[in-house]
Amino acid sequence: MNGAGSGRSGIKMKAAVVVFPGINRERDMARALRLVSGREPAMVWHADTALPAGTDLVVIPGGFSYGDYLRCGAIAARAPIMDAVRAFAQKGGLVLAVCNGFQIACESGLLPGVLMRNAQLRFICRDVYLRVERSDTPFTRGYNAGQVIRVPVAHGEGNYIADGETIARLEGEGGVLFRYSSPDGIVDPNWNHNGAMNGIAGIINERGNVLGMMPHPENHVEAVMGRTDGRGLFAGLVDYFKAAA
Amino acid sequence: MKARVTVTLKSGILDPQGKAIEGALKTLGVNGVASVRQGKVFDIEIEGGDRAQAEAALKSAAEKLLANTVIENYRIDVSG
Repeated sequence: MNGAGSGRSGIKMKAAVVVFPGINRERDMARALRLVSGREPAMVWHADTALPAGTDLVVIPGGFSYGDYLRCGAIAARAPIMDAVRAFAQKGGLVLAVCNGFQIACESGLLPGVLMRNAQLRFICRDVYLRVERSDTPFTRGYNAGQVIRVPVAHGEGNYIADGETIARLEGEGGVLFRYSSPDGIVDPNWNHNGAMNGIAGIINERGNVLGMMPHPENHVEAVMGRTDGRGLFAGLVDYFKAAA
Repeated sequence: MKARVTVTLKSGILDPQGKAIEGALKTLGVNGVASVRQGKVFDIEIEGGDRAQAEAALKSAAEKLLANTVIENYRIDVSG
């Protein structure tokens, strides 16, 4: 799988960040992508109907698209650009969806399940610990399975739920990539910040090319941010495309 | 033609907002409240007078956008 990217120039990952009205994390995301890949990502407007030619990675960033009206991500999920993103994913292209992006991915059918209001009803904005469940995906190859990373969350609706069949399938097929945990990797209700089923913080689709996660790896990528735990995700993706080139 | 689409959470789906409202009602001393579930109401004006067409359009609206059928049910009421 090397994404829908034919016509790539060189070996630098070509990312496209999708921008909706009300999104506010697209610049953090662009900065992290630029820093780690050495290439400026394309910013793609929601009303566009096509992705730039040769796109390797589509990123749906965090924020409050359409003011969270109706349901978080519901209106953005129906924007014109999302048809192109769905077609890209159907061809095997990699999609990284963070925070509101995860909500948009669920609403658009790219990922199963729903992100409900946090069980404690509060907006949560703090660092959390995540246990990385697998290292054999393009998104997590920069980490070791079982490794614990510390990254920020900032959301009011991050409580992942899905029907029993979907949860069983996700768990059975290794669809869960990140879980909220203690600093030493213990997953239990005390460390489950938003009530998500099985402490789920991030999942991939059956095909393994779409990742949705509530935490913000893009906010821990350089020393000035205090930590660099999120960098492995981007570095892993860059390596993945280098290896595929 | 006026219509109302009511969207409610499916039974079994946890509704923390409903629970909070339920708690507040109890705090206010409103008696006899057993439980609260929160939903949404959409009042929609439909052009033209064809009832069947209106119902089809409303069903499409509910399925495509107004409800997330993973967690929500919807009901359509068309009134004259």
